[in-house]
Amino acid sequence: MRAKLRKFIETNFYVAEGEPLPDDASLLDRGVVDSTGVLELIVFLQDEFKIEVADEEMVPANLDSIANLETYVSRKLASAKG
Amino acid sequence: MPKGIPLLQDYLTESATRLPEKIALVSQGQRYTYSELGARSNALAHTLRAGGVARGDRVVIFADNTVEAVVSFWGALKADAVVVMVNPLTKTDKLEYLLNDCRATALVSDHHIGRVFVPAATKSSHLKMTIVSGTTERMPGLPGFLTWNEALEGDRTAPPPYRNIDVDLASIIYTSGSTGEPKGVMLTHRNMLTAATSISTYLENTEDDVVLGVLPLAFDYGLYQMIMSFRMGARLVLERSFAFPGQVLSLMAQEKVTGFPGVPTIFATIAGLKSLGQYDLSAIRYVTNTAAALPVKHILMLRELFPRARIFSMYGLTECKRCTYLPPKDIDRKPESVGIAIPNTELWLVDVDGNKLGPNQVGQLVIRGATVMKGYWEKPEATAKKLKPGPLPGEMVLYTGDYCRLDDEGYLYFVARMDDVIKSRGEKVPPKEVENALVNIPGVRESAVIGVPDELLGQAVKAFVVLDPGVVLSEKDLQKECQRRLESFMVPKFIEVVGELPKTTTGKIKKTDLR
Repeated sequence: MRAKLRKFIETNFYVAEGEPLPDDASLLDRGVVDSTGVLELIVFLQDEFKIEVADEEMVPANLDSIANLETYVSRKLASAKG
Repeated sequence: MPKGIPLLQDYLTESATRLPEKIALVSQGQRYTYSELGARSNALAHTLRAGGVARGDRVVIFADNTVEAVVSFWGALKADAVVVMVNPLTKTDKLEYLLNDCRATALVSDHHIGRVFVPAATKSSHLKMTIVSGTTERMPGLPGFLTWNEALEGDRTAPPPYRNIDVDLASIIYTSGSTGEPKGVMLTHRNMLTAATSISTYLENTEDDVVLGVLPLAFDYGLYQMIMSFRMGARLVLERSFAFPGQVLSLMAQEKVTGFPGVPTIFATIAGLKSLGQYDLSAIRYVTNTAAALPVKHILMLRELFPRARIFSMYGLTECKRCTYLPPKDIDRKPESVGIAIPNTELWLVDVDGNKLGPNQVGQLVIRGATVMKGYWEKPEATAKKLKPGPLPGEMVLYTGDYCRLDDEGYLYFVARMDDVIKSRGEKVPPKEVENALVNIPGVRESAVIGVPDELLGQAVKAFVVLDPGVVLSEKDLQKECQRRLESFMVPKFIEVVGELPKTTTGKIKKTDLR
């Protein structure tokens, strides 16, 4: 899943070359995503992982790094199964 | 300084004297009083002076909406400097251009965008000081490097003595023109005091207001939220962006925000949230929205979202801060109008020969008042196109470059821009700058960029691209290349690869045929 998330981010947003994007780096701080970018990211999560992103879940703790995204999506998928 | 001689920084100084313990700023979970902000900006002013920043020198603040950006703005003014706020999304090449263009002597920024500003700052031949927040470590190669904490070690009790008068420059705000090269709008203390007073007057701002600052401080609409809050002794709730709407809405409820300034993109995002009803936004007293031509749909949406708030639909340009506002009482009667001249300014329309026009005729909008800029920084030709003699000897009025009409009651309606600048997400996108970026991509032969209507963005940037024979580049490839070269709001949302572009008989691209 981490690879899928990274691939989406690296293909759709601009990640500076020669400077790897660590899993825990803030996407907002690095200028990788902005407010419209966050909306695109949410559409991707909903399509790719078939999860519903609730408004109150649109927070940096869930969406602002590859690691946070992975934790969040895993939790959503687990709760959908349970 | 003798009392009663107004400079912009007096807003903070006077609020700090009158309301020292009041919370002036809420930012990233921290609360700051007026006296604290006053003291920090005094210290920074001393540091800037000691580091070689002289009266009238330009200080570039390249930062997100943070307390450091706020303190730097006021600190630079207290040092008699001219503040240049730069959008933190700016890329290295453009930052380098801005630093050189205004010959900045000091740069204030944050460690997390070091990869952008370090290459630009190390190349600058004018910088004497680089102040960086978010780090305690030395950053090699930067002229006159100080950490933020070091920069605040100056005397906090009072600012250095200053000599500026109100016709001196307070700020340069860079704006994109149709030619693509950013132009620095020169604003004096008088310009900014007049605009802040005028706007606060019609918004009926008071000391009890709690204003949301979610628009970038580098954007004049965002900057003025801070200036007007401090003018009133009100409170500013500063957020970095609207990227996480749930977070911003919770904060607005928690802080009982009374004033909500936004742009169509923000309001469209809110309208799309299912959970809006969960947030108690009942303290909101007014909502302001700015755009050249605000769709009536947006006004209706705002009425529905904030039934108890007064809705202000406004229009303006950086060159005079704001032209008009629609009094909320008229919003049902004239939803398509951008309203009347803001207090203490006046407007009229002229034809191509400069003759004044009557009602119901379309002409260029002219603005008169102390809000009108001093001109574009070191661009006399561009200035001469916008500033022309007014009714009084020596007076200059602003030829906005926007086509408008007035109705019989004197309400203004926006018709079109004379240039082809696209307005997307509240930001100006010069097609030429995007076209240049596209053509610089290896394999791209030519390109044409237009604005297309977009629900979320106001206008979206659309590019038509012709590739060299045999070259294969996808829409995504081209967007990625653009992202490397342009601020993200300028990157085309849509790119169409075409065989050829429609041309006039003289070989110019005919954009009208692309729409």
